[in-house]
Amino acid sequence: MSFELLMLAAADGFSYAGLLFLVSLGLTLIFGVQGILNVAHGSLYAFGGYTAATLAIWAAEKQAPTWVLLAALVLAALVVGVILGGILEIGLLRRVQDKDPVLQLLVTFAAFLIFEDLQRLIWGVSPYSSTEVVSRLGNFDIFGITYTAYQLLLIPAVAFGVYLGLLFALRRTRLGKQIIAVTHHREVATALGINARKIGLIAFIMGAFLGALGGALAAPTTSLVPGVGTDMIVLSFSVVATAGLGQITGALITALLIGLARSVAVYTVPELEVAVPYLIMVAVLLVRPNGLFTVAQARRI
Amino acid sequence: MKGNHVKSLHARLGALVAGMSLLFAAPALAQGAKPAELKLGITTFSSGPASVFGVPAKAAAEQWIEEFNAAGGINGVKITPVFIDEGLGGDKLLTEYRRVVQEQGVKVMLSAISSGNCNIVAPVAEDLKVLNVMWDCGTEKLLEDRRYKYVVRTQANAVTEMVATVVYLLKTKPDFKTIAVVNQDYAWGRDSWEIFRNTLQALKPDVKVVAELFPKFGAPDFSTEISRLQALKPDVILSTSWGGDLDTFVRQAGQRGLMKSSLFVLPLAESSAERLGAALPEGVIIGARGDHYFLHPELKDEPKHKAFVEKFRARTRSYPIYPVYHMVAALQAVADGHNKAIKANKGQWPSTEQVAGAMHGLEFKGLTRAVKIREDGQGLEDQLLGMTRNRAGYAFPVMENMMIVPADLVTTPVGQKSPEWVKTLKPDVLKSDRIKVYAK
Repeated sequence: MSFELLMLAAADGFSYAGLLFLVSLGLTLIFGVQGILNVAHGSLYAFGGYTAATLAIWAAEKQAPTWVLLAALVLAALVVGVILGGILEIGLLRRVQDKDPVLQLLVTFAAFLIFEDLQRLIWGVSPYSSTEVVSRLGNFDIFGITYTAYQLLLIPAVAFGVYLGLLFALRRTRLGKQIIAVTHHREVATALGINARKIGLIAFIMGAFLGALGGALAAPTTSLVPGVGTDMIVLSFSVVATAGLGQITGALITALLIGLARSVAVYTVPELEVAVPYLIMVAVLLVRPNGLFTVAQARRI
Repeated sequence: MKGNHVKSLHARLGALVAGMSLLFAAPALAQGAKPAELKLGITTFSSGPASVFGVPAKAAAEQWIEEFNAAGGINGVKITPVFIDEGLGGDKLLTEYRRVVQEQGVKVMLSAISSGNCNIVAPVAEDLKVLNVMWDCGTEKLLEDRRYKYVVRTQANAVTEMVATVVYLLKTKPDFKTIAVVNQDYAWGRDSWEIFRNTLQALKPDVKVVAELFPKFGAPDFSTEISRLQALKPDVILSTSWGGDLDTFVRQAGQRGLMKSSLFVLPLAESSAERLGAALPEGVIIGARGDHYFLHPELKDEPKHKAFVEKFRARTRSYPIYPVYHMVAALQAVADGHNKAIKANKGQWPSTEQVAGAMHGLEFKGLTRAVKIREDGQGLEDQLLGMTRNRAGYAFPVMENMMIVPADLVTTPVGQKSPEWVKTLKPDVLKSDRIKVYAK
């Protein structure tokens, strides 16, 4: 494999990793704070995508400028994150907070199925898409291969921006420190005067927003179809499991690893493409059963 | 237990057993008596990715049956459809299939869209002695591996479709050197490529296959595949994908200029054209798994076809796509098969066995060209392909330079196996004067 091909594969892997990271980040954030593996995260991705496509189609019909189209994507993710995330947390997850993890998993799975049907009710079964913003941002060439600026620049930039923003927020802001405290030990955090319930809600909505943002950013390049959330939840789960649950930087590195490995596979052994994320996951978990980046847990007793 | 068996049971086993058999066979009527209604089971996708086919097809079935019943039904017997969702998966589908046949007294099944589901239901139909019309699935192996009495197909199979596509490609662009394929990673994607490749090798052995890519079924992104194809620069890119996968692939390939540098051959893209709109560029070879098209070069103005298209558009706000035509064809075949069997039965209502017999050898006409069902149950359906062009009055590209390839020219003969047969194809097939080319 020549250097040129490796660069091309890297470029493709980058953009793929960007979306994957955003969705995984949301999933891992929610797990970190709430201790719940939220299967309905896939629905947030799907709803974010559909809502963004609906808004973007409408904006494109009105001949809106490019920045409005981009803002529509983020707005869609915000709306979905706050409304659906809020409903999920307050209506459901809060109520199973102290229950068996298997029950929590089943509850979120049930929510996922309900959302899937809702989505079919609202948007139907035909593939749905709005590509206007991609053509507006234009193309450029690397080694004679044409890329869209949207996929190769915008998505990775947003993903990295979100990563840095989140790191900053968690380390430097009062709210972020509270989130970390709740993540480490809910009861101790409560005893210190932190409103763990409120922090849980905020963190959940942030995670939901990230899931929806992944869908919203995917909407202009992909076709939204029934079941679009299923694939994403499985894949982002493999990222989160490989990285170690609750690991933010780990999720970034793992998403990049999977994105790159996947595109290298398409260039060299295309038959392996589908299996690559799971092969990486299995390989990592065999050696480090708690994930690549899990740090030693403080003993609680 | 079917009606025509009742008499022999009477004779052989006496009144008691006959009484019991009548009890069990309550919905089955004695031969000749006209039923109150003909219950027709239809399996179609209402959920999952293939609902892009299933939902329009269901709308078509409802529209057609409504009109057909209003016009008197089959000899006065009205058709009552019972729909089953194929998206439930094989096991659940089979349970539902048995339930409607054994408990609701369904005598005729239209099943299925998915080849996997056809493989599941065909042997069961044969066991249950219920007429099963395969109305959309493409697998050619099913009717080649075994002779069925109760299973027929009212449309072409994958071989007819793929060979016709190769014929169109070689007639419109005879001088290409390299080809790449991007198909969905499941039975249809793999099988259709195998047929296509073998046919191409028989008709034009000097073509080099530069990439065989099988992205995951339902893949949301083809960026890497597209980069690789741009690096390889094949003359022709084939994709037999459909639904969201095809939409995404076409959109991303278009966005990145790949469709300018390679000739795209998309045999199922007629079903995506209206959705894709301007994202589907001009000069792409597209097909429709049959000779179905609302702008059919011979039949677009035929009153029956035209009226159907207009009514369908009014109901669904979309142009009919190929599964709509397949559905209408299957329903028409069921109606014609019954009428043929009634005639042969001297005006009496026929048994399922008699109808199944009548279906073999039946020639019927849905909305486009007539289809003949061969003795092995396989329908001979002509194939229409064309090249996309923008035309005033349509918000999406339509087919021009259309060509209709007669089915018998490109279908494996009865009794032969397709994998071997396609290898025996000769380039002479391209010169056949029976292939009709339309200027517009």
